[in-house]
Amino acid sequence: MSTRTYRPPTKDSPAVRWTLSLIAIAYVSLFLLTPLIAVFAEALRNGVEAFFAAIVEQDARSAIWLTLIVAAIAVPLNTLFGVAAAWSVAKFDFWGKNVLITLIDLPFSVSPVISGLVYVLLFGAQGYLGPWLDALGIKVIFTVTGLVLATVFVTFPFVARELIPLMQEQGTAEEEAALSLGASGWKMFWRVTLPNVRWGLLYGVLLCNARAMGEFGAVSVVSGHIRGLTNTMPLHVEILYNEYNFAAAFAVASLLAMLALVTLVLKSALEWRYGDEIAAAHRH
Amino acid sequence: MTATATSWTFKKPSVLPGFGLTFGFTVFYLSIIILIPLAALLIRPWELGLEGVFNAATAPRVIAALKLSFGASLVAATINGIFGLLAAWVLVRYEFPGKRIIDALVDLPFALPTAVAGIALTTLYAPNGWFGQLLVPLGIKVAYTPLGVIVALTFIGLPFVVRSVQPVLADLEKEFEEAAATLGATRLQTFRRVVLPAVLPAWLTGIALAFARAVGEYGSVIFIAGNMPMISEIAPLLIVIKLEQFDYAGAAAVGSAMLAISFAMLLAINMLQAWARRR
Repeated sequence: MSTRTYRPPTKDSPAVRWTLSLIAIAYVSLFLLTPLIAVFAEALRNGVEAFFAAIVEQDARSAIWLTLIVAAIAVPLNTLFGVAAAWSVAKFDFWGKNVLITLIDLPFSVSPVISGLVYVLLFGAQGYLGPWLDALGIKVIFTVTGLVLATVFVTFPFVARELIPLMQEQGTAEEEAALSLGASGWKMFWRVTLPNVRWGLLYGVLLCNARAMGEFGAVSVVSGHIRGLTNTMPLHVEILYNEYNFAAAFAVASLLAMLALVTLVLKSALEWRYGDEIAAAHRH
Repeated sequence: MTATATSWTFKKPSVLPGFGLTFGFTVFYLSIIILIPLAALLIRPWELGLEGVFNAATAPRVIAALKLSFGASLVAATINGIFGLLAAWVLVRYEFPGKRIIDALVDLPFALPTAVAGIALTTLYAPNGWFGQLLVPLGIKVAYTPLGVIVALTFIGLPFVVRSVQPVLADLEKEFEEAAATLGATRLQTFRRVVLPAVLPAWLTGIALAFARAVGEYGSVIFIAGNMPMISEIAPLLIVIKLEQFDYAGAAAVGSAMLAISFAMLLAINMLQAWARRR
């Protein structure tokens, strides 16, 4: 009798398994892991003291502050929109629904640079509304308002596209039951709809926030790169890097990389723990 | 707070409240944030006149930039198509130590700010970087060449193919592969004739998404590209340069051209997904 262990016909031989696994690990490590390690290695190249000096420096602090403010405005706006859009799209049937869904997804297929450009064309000095707003003393481009608008544009679909498939899947039966038992519209929303989608909502907010804090192309176009005033963290990284101040650039960049890692950990935890309560596409 | 327009067939009757409020807000917000600004982009170039738009969109530097953006994106999407399919297969079918970490890491390009990715890749592939040191003696220059653009776009597009194919592979019934094996097919034949056709729509969708994302990418590319006009200058950068020269109409012309191509891509992706659903 052969000592060879039985292998089902749908299982690949160990040689194939190991070769393919190693190629996959090499692919992910080469393109993803090494850049991540490089960020932290470069940030600490001149020692821990230089690292902290670069982070607490005046311009870096105002960049961190500005990034937090922009995200604190853009993320709640798009969350509110996401919930409203998901409610109307997922729970009702109306004419042109698919067109609406496509339009909501549109910002994902627009270059970030174009997302900034459109606001310059509207509100810039030579923009359609620029001179008119200027007369009223309102400035959009090269101000925080412009940064918020550009960030709202690029993070527009995140919450909506998480909630729409999830709420479509859940149907309307539970809401109808709540109404028939005498709940008001708001009560039904807070007690039935929101608890049903909370993890999906959190998932969308998490991704929306990561993109809002890390966005570069769109805000770069509308920012004007005024140090201490309209410089978010990614823009500050660019300025430091272009000044050949590599250690400081990577120090600020490492904060953003840590944000990315925290996002990934939370995201994986949500997928793992609440996989059946977030949209079907993420269950793996 | 009752639903509006119940008499017209615009909306099917429903007992649920809040349609008027939420639908109205959705359309309003969508219009002021996305649609009206995009309309401004599409209108702006025409102040140059038809000939002016044509000249702005077909200037040699613009054509070179569009060629690089689309060419490098195609190469990067192809690399991700091949290795992404392989990675999805490995992540769904095999067990190995550290698999969870590799799986979670795949989403890094979604989470890592593009500027951070850009300076990290540049540092790695610069002549004195970890990879640059090994490659430059072999005569392979990556940083500050079109090859660097491809590396950055491969990074940015990596999750799309893996994440599109993974759920389809996981849902694939083992019975089909067993049947193929019973009928005498080798593993490779089974893969080509049974598995590949099943994941084909998802695979193509992933490649198309990676391509569409790469075409518009800016942050991760501009550091590593070197940005030499006609050689390693991408189309989004050209828009920024035109804006800095206050050539609003010219920037809008390049932007509109890119947008038109993106729309065509979006249409193709939607058709692929519809095809995938029908199967």
